[in-house]
Formats: sequence, C-alpha cells, structure tokens
Amino acid sequence: MNVMKPHRDVGIVGYGAYVPRYRLPGSEISRMWDGQQGCMPPVKEKSVPGLDEDVATMCLEAARNALKRAAIDPLRIRAVWVGSESHPYAVKPTSTIVAEAIGAVPHTLAADWQFACKAGTEAMQAALGFVGSGMADYALALGMDTAQGRPRDALEYTAGAGGAAFLVGPAEESVAVLEGSTSYVTDTADFWRRQHEHYPAHAGRFTGEPGYFRHVLAAASEIMAALGRKPADYAHVIFHQPNTKFPRKAGRELGFKREQLEAGLLVNEIGNTYAGAAMIGLTSVLDVAQPGERVLMVSFGSGAGSDGFDLRVTDAIDTRRTYALSTLDYVARRHEIDYATYARHREKIRME
Amino acid sequence: MRDVSIIGIGQTPVGEHWEKSLKELAADAISSAIKDAQVERVDSLYVGNMCSGTLNGQEHLGALISDWVGLRGVEAVKIEAACGSGAAALRLGYIAVAGELADFVVVAGVEKMTDRPGEQVTAALAMASDGDFEAQNGLSFVALNALLMRRYMHEYGVRHGDFAPFAINAHKNAVSNPCALFPHAVTAEDFRTAKMIADPVNLLDSSPVCDGAAAVVLCPTALARSFNARPVRIRASSSATDSIALHDRRDLLGLEAAGLSATKAYSQAKVTPRDIDLFELHDAFTIMSVLSLEACGFAERGRGVRLGAEGDIALGGRIPITTMGGLKARGHPVGATGIYQVIEVALQLREQAGANQVRDARLGMAQNIGGSGATVVTTILEAVE
Amino acid sequence: MEIARHWRLQRHRYSLVGEMCNRCGEKIFPARDVCPQCNAPAKTPFTFSGKGEVYSYSTVHHPPEGFEHFAPYVVALVRLVEGPLVAAQLTDVEGEKIEIGMPVEMVTRKLRDDGSKGTIVYGYKFRPVIVSRTPLGAKDAAL
Repeated sequence: MNVMKPHRDVGIVGYGAYVPRYRLPGSEISRMWDGQQGCMPPVKEKSVPGLDEDVATMCLEAARNALKRAAIDPLRIRAVWVGSESHPYAVKPTSTIVAEAIGAVPHTLAADWQFACKAGTEAMQAALGFVGSGMADYALALGMDTAQGRPRDALEYTAGAGGAAFLVGPAEESVAVLEGSTSYVTDTADFWRRQHEHYPAHAGRFTGEPGYFRHVLAAASEIMAALGRKPADYAHVIFHQPNTKFPRKAGRELGFKREQLEAGLLVNEIGNTYAGAAMIGLTSVLDVAQPGERVLMVSFGSGAGSDGFDLRVTDAIDTRRTYALSTLDYVARRHEIDYATYARHREKIRME
Repeated sequence: MRDVSIIGIGQTPVGEHWEKSLKELAADAISSAIKDAQVERVDSLYVGNMCSGTLNGQEHLGALISDWVGLRGVEAVKIEAACGSGAAALRLGYIAVAGELADFVVVAGVEKMTDRPGEQVTAALAMASDGDFEAQNGLSFVALNALLMRRYMHEYGVRHGDFAPFAINAHKNAVSNPCALFPHAVTAEDFRTAKMIADPVNLLDSSPVCDGAAAVVLCPTALARSFNARPVRIRASSSATDSIALHDRRDLLGLEAAGLSATKAYSQAKVTPRDIDLFELHDAFTIMSVLSLEACGFAERGRGVRLGAEGDIALGGRIPITTMGGLKARGHPVGATGIYQVIEVALQLREQAGANQVRDARLGMAQNIGGSGATVVTTILEAVE
Repeated sequence: MEIARHWRLQRHRYSLVGEMCNRCGEKIFPARDVCPQCNAPAKTPFTFSGKGEVYSYSTVHHPPEGFEHFAPYVVALVRLVEGPLVAAQLTDVEGEKIEIGMPVEMVTRKLRDDGSKGTIVYGYKFRPVIVSRTPLGAKDAAL
C-alpha cells in the first residue's frame, strides 16, 4: 500500500496564487535566436518577474491570498515552508521573510525546501503530515519560482515565474480534504544546477521518459490504484507542466480526457513556474471546482520524483474562493515586454 | 539683547571649483569677509555645511577651517540643517553677538559637491529628508519637490509652464552677478523643453549641484560704524521647524515652518510683508519659490505662482526675488546658500548690486529652507543710515 | 550595510504596521509613539489595510545611489483609507496612466540591496488595484 494519509483528517483550508504581470511571448524569443522563421514555441508566452520581485515577495502575495481565504489568525500557523529552486539567498531562509511579513512569527517552524520542481509539493506533504500528526493545526506550504533559462536554450521559452500557497489545516475547516497522497522518488539526474551556477543544465531528451513520464505515471497510477479510483472519478487532474505536451501526454497515457486537464493547465499562458507549476494549477482548479468533486494533482521534480495528491472538494469552497483574487485574475493581468526588457528584468545585462 | 549688524561680506564665485578643496573655498570667503569688515579680532567661527561628511569625507569643519584660515584658537563649530545650514549658522552667530557672548563673529557657509558622482550627491541630498520613510523608499530630494509641485498643480489648476517666469527671472538676474554659476538668460521655450528630472520638475525648475563658499562678519551695531561705512543691521532673525517628512505635514502645501519663521521675523522687526523691498527666497525648485511667497504672506494660497506671470517678482516689481540669480542661477552650494542670500540682500541694501540694484531698497528679507520645508530660517536686514 | 537598521524597521515595512491612539482613535503611520492629533502616548500597533489612493506622484529619472537598478521608477504620496499619507514607490505601473485619486493597494517588494553580497531590503510599495476580470469575482474577506 503506497498511499499516505494521517490519522487525523486534514485538507486545504486556504489557497492563494501569484503570477507577476510581465509576459514574454515565445515569438519574441524565437525572433531573438531563430530569426523570423523560428519554429513554433512550446508555449504561447511566459510570465516574467518585475525588477522588484523575487520568490520572497511573490510568496508573500500568494500567502496573503491563502490567508484571506482561510480567515484564520496567522499566529496559529506552526510552519511556513517554501519550496523553490530560486530562493533569493543561498544561505538565509525565504520562509522567515514570509513568516515575519504575514505575522506568523515567532512560534512557527520555517524552512526552505529544495527539490527542483517538486519542492513545493514536498512542503505540502510535510505540512499535511505535520497537521495530521496533531503537532499543529495550521501549516503553510508554498511552491514558488522565478526560474532562469539559459539564453537560447529550449527552456528559455518556458522558464516562468509564479506559484501558490496552501494553508493546510483540519479537514472540517477545509475547502478540499486530503484522501491520500503518494511519493515516488529515484535518483535520476535529468536536470540540475551546480552550486554558484546561474543557469541550470539538463539532459535533453533524457528528461522525458526516464524523468518526467516514469515518475508522474507511477505516482498517478499508484495513488489511483491504492484508493481504488479510475480517471473518470476525477473532475480535474493537474500534472506538473513544463510545457503543454508533457502533461497532455501523461493524461492520455493514464486514460484522462483532455477536458479534465483544462482548468489546471496554465503553462501556455504563464510558462513553467517550476516548484509552483502543479500547485498553481491546483489553485486554478479550486477556483472553479464544485463541492464533492475529486481532484488529482501530480507534481514532478527533477532529480527525480513525483508527489500525488487525491483531494475531495467541500462545500466551503463556494464562499471561501471569493475572498481573494482568482488565479485567472493574475493570469489575465498582463503586460507584454520585449526581449530587451526581459533581459533587463532577469539581470542578463551586465551593469557592473 | 544687543542689536547686531553685518560689517563684512565675502563670497567665492559659485561653480565647479576643481582646483579648490572645501577648506580653501571656505578660507577664500572668510578672508574676504574679514578684509571687508576690517576687523582685527574674531571671537567665534560658525560654519554652515551639510554634506562634508558624505561628499568630502571630512567632518569637524570648525577646527579644520579656523586653523586653515588663520584663526586657530577661536571657538569654531559646524552647523548642519540640510540646505538651511548657512542661515542656521548665521542665526547662531546672531545669538552669540546679541546675547553678548561674543563681539566679532564670522559665519561662513561652504559646500563642495563636485568631488563625487551624481548618484552619490543625490543620495547625500536625500539625507535632508526622512531617512527611514522617504529616502529608503527611493524618494530623491527632487522627487519630494515634484510631489509638492504635482499636488499644487492639481489643487490649483496650474500648468507646468506657469512656473517658467521663476526660472526666467532668476537667470535674467544672474547675468550681471559675477559670482553666478549660470550668468545667462533662459526662455520660456528653454523651460518647456528642459530635461525631465522627476516629473513635473525639470532641469530648469531645479537649482544646480555646485561648489561655493560665502561668509559674513557680525558685530554689535553699536560698534559697526567704526568698521564699515555701510553696515547692514539684522532687524530680525528667526527659525522654525516642521515635520521632516512630507507625509507627516499637517498641511502639505502650507510650508508651515516658512510661515511660522516669517511671522516671528515680521513681529521681531515690527514690519509686514508690504514693508519688504526685496526677498531672497529659497528657490531650490520653482515650487519652493511659490510656496514660500504664499507662506510668507506675499500671495494668497494658490496664487503665488501668478506673481511670476504678473511681473511682481522682477527687479522693478512689487516683491523682487532672486535678485542676483537665486539658487536657480547663482547656484545652490547647499550649506553656503543661506549666507549667499544674506550677502545679496546686504549688497542691495548697501546699494552695491550694480545692474541689479533694487531702487530705494531699505528692508530686505532672506529665507533659507532646509529639506522640503522642515527647517526654515528667516532674516530681515535693514540698511543702517 | 545597515543590517540592524533595516531589521528594526521591517515590521513597519513588510506590512504597513503603524500605531493607533487609544484616546482619539487616530491611526498613525509611520509609528511615532505619540499621537499627532492629541499628543497622547500611542504605542498600540495597528496594521493598515494597505488600501489607498494616489495623492501625488512623480517619476524618478535620476535615482539616489542604491536605486539605480530600478530607475526610472514612480514615487507617490498615498493617502491610506485609514487617514495617513505614506511616501512610497508605485510598482507594476509601466504602461499605466497614473492619476491623482487612482486607487492603489500595498504590496511587499524589494526596495534595494547592498550589492550582490549584501542583504535584500523588502518593504511596502503600492500598485494599481487589481480588478477581478473573471466571472468568479474577488471580495476581500473581513478578517
């Protein structure tokens, strides 16, 4: 039995998303590197952080949205855990900044998680267990990234910025209750970034089958098998979304219909938000999900592993989701920039 | 309390003094003021300066300059009140003489700004504002004035071009001032097309970064005649403060400290604004001129800007301002400005203003402002018959 | 580097925490421990909603040292709904028409850093209020 579930019923009490307002169209990147005849970009456009934004500021806005929906006293939060591959500091937690700013200090745990694009769902797993154990009533898990793509690399088209925050708490207060989770991890180096390196490196097509598909498909099928579900049982499914092709293919292979992926598939509009990618997809699903519906979320982090979550939406969703901006509000907030502005925003222009 | 007069004045040209250091500039001004006064004894030296620590890596200017200028042994201190440092030093010199603690006091103002690159000067000047809640949020000193100007334009339906006469008037008056940084005229078209600094404040709304030093010698009026044929009496000296930050002001466009300081000065001199023949105001930005004129009672609220269009501020107008070019065109070496202003009033009252002479000038006022209006020192001077 | 200074201010800066006067109810920002209205001691912390409108604004083209990275940037005086004026930057405004009276909301952003080796200073800025464009709507919960 590979499914995990704490003795105490837990779920998501509040959720919040954040996406910066700047967008770089894929056509602008291909104009830069491939001339006008560039091939079809893997996503329409990607989100780019403002000059004054980083993972800490973005986490803060997502966390504030989650708190608005949860409507609890932040002093009752016992953990603030931030998963990211683009923490502003190499040493010094992002999580303490977030915890301080939302008013959760000092009686809280705070830590930064690192596992490529799975760092955020790893923090969610821990938060579910932490609340499930009874050690805490509330724990905040965030997945947020401002990922850098090497200029001219395939990943430059998709490396976006954004993410989500989930306030985990008791099931009876939740908008979505956890039915079970799973994790599937191996040592597979498909994508990495060495200490002090600015850009990550990847193993090309090796990232596909041995990386993404092996882990995502295993995590998804194992949790469904353990809980006795079939694809048709879910109203929505969210997969980690490095591009539009991978999650759609995973859905097809598992037997999901394309419509089941739609609400949670944002990569075409905001790019791959790495640790935030699956999680922000879940926020977008919760914005539209109906009470009683089941949702499956499967993340993927290079290195490599997948977390699967089986959630059941509750009646509380209808009112609670209106307490903060929807994920699509952030997606729709859009200011297009050119490659030069992008280069400035992402500090690709040498100023000193 | 003794009556106090200015018996000597000295000023260096305002400019880019690449060959001179801060102490050399100060010494030039002090030496010529002492020579003008023909005194043989100095009891105290007060030095007005804002940025020597940040821009020149030098504090302790009292001892530094007194020694350099040959006054080793006298009491000497630096006085700092941002752009109001010069007049703040003058006020302390005045207190010392009036209070019978000293007979002969030299008050100098000096600023040496061109030794550092622009963004460091901008950061140094921003220290005149609230460090924690203005400067640390990225508000430059120009930006604070821009916020005032934008709000003024909004509240009173004024266009940016309406401020042009203040820059044009200052530049026109600078032409015949040998100490002015910009002795050339500007036009309304120049004003319209000037480079933007922090909108709506453009280059011609703003006073320039520059070097300069100025000094005066004070003594009791009773002794003044024996030293100088034309001493200038300090009829009033007053200082007032407001919140350092714009956001803490009770009345954003009221420039309350200017009003307070002027009211105290009028009361001490037993005069009204109508009695003032010329006004060297603190035109660090055109908006500051307008707010000062209103706060000091020369115009109703919202109507100060009209004094420009109506010619009231010209040399032959109802209240001539910036008669030697003002901060705008003579230049604004910040800590020295308050002394330059007083010297220019003295030149007018001594009838030594040349082509810029205001006819029958008997009573002149100088007002030096620190920060965006947080320290305001007003001095009313009178020709001694 | 002014680590301690920024640390002392971060509570005020991260989320607009000021004070309120228990005598006359005045809301105070920045904190000053004394009510500017009635001069009573005022040390009760008060967290502002972050909602307000532009009272005046300007664009800084010649930034002070430490802010070059962001220039040109917009600064403003913002009138908070609770009363006080706040001096701050406006952010996310490229391409937006800024006007006096424009509704804005507080966000926490990077104010500056002490070079690549120093710490990052975070604090409040204001941005145009995001209007919900999705059918879902967005209402602020009365916390």
